[in-house]
Amino acid sequence: MINSSLKQLASMLQAKKISSVELTQSFLTRITQYNPSINAYIALDEAKTLAQAKAADARIAAGHATVLTGIPLAQKDIFCAQGWQTTCGSKMLANFIAPYDAHVITQFDQAGAVNLGKTNMDEFAMGSSNETSYFGGVKNPWSFDHVPGGSSGGSAAAVAARLCAAATGTDTGGSIRQPASLCGLTGLKPSYGVVSRYGMIAFASSLDQAGPMAKSAEDCALMMNVMAGFDERDSTSLQRDKEDYSRELNKPQTDQPLLGLKIGLPKEFFAEGLDASVAQVITVAIDVYKKLGAQIVDISLPNTGLSIPVYYVLAPAEASSNLSRYDGVRYGHRAAEYTDLNDMYNKSRAEGFGAEVKRRILIGTYVLSAGYYDAYYLKAQQIRRLIAQDFIEAFKQCDVIMGPAAPSTAFKAGEKVDDPVAMYLQDIYTISTNLAGLPGMSLPAGFAQAKDGPALPVGLQIIGNYFDEARMLNVAHQYQQVTDWHQQMPDLKRA
Amino acid sequence: MALSIEDIKKIAHLARIEVSESEATATLSKLTGILGLIEQMQAVDTTGIVPMSHAQELHQRLRDDVVTKTNQREAFQKNAPMLGNGSTQPAVAGGLYLVPKVIE
Repeated sequence: MINSSLKQLASMLQAKKISSVELTQSFLTRITQYNPSINAYIALDEAKTLAQAKAADARIAAGHATVLTGIPLAQKDIFCAQGWQTTCGSKMLANFIAPYDAHVITQFDQAGAVNLGKTNMDEFAMGSSNETSYFGGVKNPWSFDHVPGGSSGGSAAAVAARLCAAATGTDTGGSIRQPASLCGLTGLKPSYGVVSRYGMIAFASSLDQAGPMAKSAEDCALMMNVMAGFDERDSTSLQRDKEDYSRELNKPQTDQPLLGLKIGLPKEFFAEGLDASVAQVITVAIDVYKKLGAQIVDISLPNTGLSIPVYYVLAPAEASSNLSRYDGVRYGHRAAEYTDLNDMYNKSRAEGFGAEVKRRILIGTYVLSAGYYDAYYLKAQQIRRLIAQDFIEAFKQCDVIMGPAAPSTAFKAGEKVDDPVAMYLQDIYTISTNLAGLPGMSLPAGFAQAKDGPALPVGLQIIGNYFDEARMLNVAHQYQQVTDWHQQMPDLKRA
Repeated sequence: MALSIEDIKKIAHLARIEVSESEATATLSKLTGILGLIEQMQAVDTTGIVPMSHAQELHQRLRDDVVTKTNQREAFQKNAPMLGNGSTQPAVAGGLYLVPKVIE
């Protein structure tokens, strides 16, 4: 049952083969058993969770169930959920109880989904290994010596370890796709503006986007049907008609369901820096796509290498502004001892933020400071346009773009923690889509043997054109009809 | 451009983050590495390219000029930090937030 799809769980619930309380309890039991070692959750509240499950059972009994009614989900701790501890992985917000719900939380509540708890994450979503969390690192369920990726590392580990049916994540530079890749899941970062950012704690507002992390593309589509949609409370939410993200998945099956699909392979995604064992897995996955009828087109995204420098100007600049709200005045950490107002700010922020968050605030402050604006911020915005134009050109030649989601499989905890630049390079294949505002996803494509350790998951990335999520989900779904990588589960007793 | 310890202290002051001497030294080496990465941008000719400030070309929506927010002061003030300097009371009084005196 823990490996069932959302659709299977929904039909079991609606046929009353199992109640939501029973299903929820079975996940809570697994959480009690495994979370102490994996550390995927920051906050759990059994009473609240079971009350929601009970309400879901009543709703199912009354015949008003939606697909997700009664299904236990995990929510990244970046989303405000009323009455829940909401920390964003930071000491700054360790005692913050959200007084309202994020739009995404409201949407899941209205669908009748059950909130199992808040998942661990890199502090303020800044990291690629979950090691910057104030609440400790998260273990990769495939190997406890390895990181789950980040920043949505807790959500990734919770889905991989089957400590929830599915989870939410957010992606500013790869924070859904890279952990999905490292933990063997399917994760989707939608086009910018598709999911409301209301109540989602801000990191870099022009890049942040929420999306689902689940076992399969089909599950992601069902999650998207709930998460996506216009919300007037987010000034960047797009006014678009409601979409059924499952619509392409339900077409009749044929031998070559992707006949005519043009897949672009950017040469820059297969150049130096890509682990050979990962490249091998991706090549095999592309061969599967050829059998499904797709046609391969060689393309180029020449400015890919510049995406990291550009991102590490723009994201810290936006973060330094967004995080200036944490001043110790109205909420968040306030220093125990201080002399005057400035001293209170200085000490509260020095104590409340961790090292990586402080580094990014300092970089952001520097690049925005007097005399440097043109050389850094403006320059980065200009190159951002070049990066976006690369994609516009590429999509004249192909329907979707494929490549690896991350340059390697999961690395060992502690391996990159003292080298920010090496950590930043983890996101070389994911950042450019955030800069362009395009949708991207990662799906499990097999395993690669680490140099000195176990076989670990490899993620295939699919990048689509603006608002092409439904097609991307189908492209992933068709692969998952002929492969079973997405159904593999880690052995937690041996990890 | 190479950063100095004095630059780090100045930036930290602007960002209102206290740094000790040893933290400033450690931060200097890390920031120097990151700025080295960022420096790659300078090799690109961006003459005439319109800066891209956002992921979507958006126009700000205007909402109707009506009250939409309700007063939630009490709910919000439950998250007030402790006053500090020996007091474990919340830093609120009479619906206001308490901060050190700034005007004589």
